[in-house]
Amino acid sequence: MTTVRVRLANFASQLPLLAGLVVLWMLLWGKFTWLNLVTGAVLALLVSVVFYLPAVKLSGRLNPWFTLTFLMRLLSDIARASTEVALLALWPRLRLTNAIIQVPLRTRSDLILTWTAVATSIVPGSIVVDIDRVNSTLYLHVLNMKSIAETDTFRESVMKTERRIVNAFGSKEDLERVRRLQSATKHPGRHEKHESEGSV
Amino acid sequence: MSDLVRDILTGALVLVSAVMCLAAGVGLIRFPDVLSRLHAATKPQIFGLMAVTLDVAVNNLTLATVTLVVAIVLFQALTAPMAAHLVGRAAYTSEHLRSDILIIDELSGRGRH
Repeated sequence: MTTVRVRLANFASQLPLLAGLVVLWMLLWGKFTWLNLVTGAVLALLVSVVFYLPAVKLSGRLNPWFTLTFLMRLLSDIARASTEVALLALWPRLRLTNAIIQVPLRTRSDLILTWTAVATSIVPGSIVVDIDRVNSTLYLHVLNMKSIAETDTFRESVMKTERRIVNAFGSKEDLERVRRLQSATKHPGRHEKHESEGSV
Repeated sequence: MSDLVRDILTGALVLVSAVMCLAAGVGLIRFPDVLSRLHAATKPQIFGLMAVTLDVAVNNLTLATVTLVVAIVLFQALTAPMAAHLVGRAAYTSEHLRSDILIIDELSGRGRH
C-alpha cells in the first residue's frame, strides 16, 4: 500500500518536468495541436523511462516576481558582460590577468547549485572549472581580474546571483539558510572556509 | 511597426550580432591560454545569437517563429556553459594553462579530481 503511495508521490513530483518536456516538444513544432500534445506526452514518458536519471528534487516553491527579476537581471548581465569581453578581445593593448576563485555557496540543494553554476557561467567572463558538491562550492575561472579586491567583488556578485535564484525558486530551508548567513557574515571570505575543508 | 523602424532595428541587431561573432573570433586568436580562449569562444557568441534570432523574430513575427527562437536560445544557454565547463576542467586537470597570468588560484593543491 505505502509503496504505491510513495510511487504516486514520486510521480507527482516529477510532473512539472514532464510538462516541461511536452512544452518543449510543442516549441519545436511551433504550434499547439492536440496531436502534438498527445505525442509530446507519450515521448516525455518514454524519454523519462528509457533514459532514467536520478530524480531532481524540486523545491515546490516559485515566486513569479523574483523569477522575473532574476531573468531580467540575467539578460542584462549577459548583454553587459558580452560587450566587455568583446571590447577586451578587440582592445589594442591586451594585458590579461585571470583568476581562479573559490565561491562557497550557502545553498544545500543540487538544483540551486546547478542553476547558480549555469547562471554564472552563461554570463561572459566566468567559467565553472570545478564543483565541490559536498560543500556547495564553485571554482570559477574569471577573465580579466586585476587585483584580489576585484575577485572579492566578483565572489560577492556570484553570491548575490545565488540569493536571487533562491528567492525565485529555492526551498524554504534554503531561503532561511541564505537569509541567516547573509545577516551573520557580511563578507563570507575564502579564508575561514579553508580550514574546515581540509579533509575533502 | 513602420518599415523604417523595422529596417533600423534589423540593421542594429545584425550589426551587434556580427560584431559579437567577430570579437569572439579575434579573442580566440589573441587570448593567451585555453581557459581565456574559452571565454571568447563560448560567451559573446550567445549574445550574438540572441541578437540575430531576435532579428528573425522581429522580421517574421509569428507564434511559430517566436517559440522556435525561444527554444534555440534556451538550448544554447543550457549547453554552451556545459561545453565550456568540460573543456575548462579538462584543460585545468591536464595543466594546459598559464599559471603566470593567474593572480590567484584557489583550486590548486585541493586534490585534482
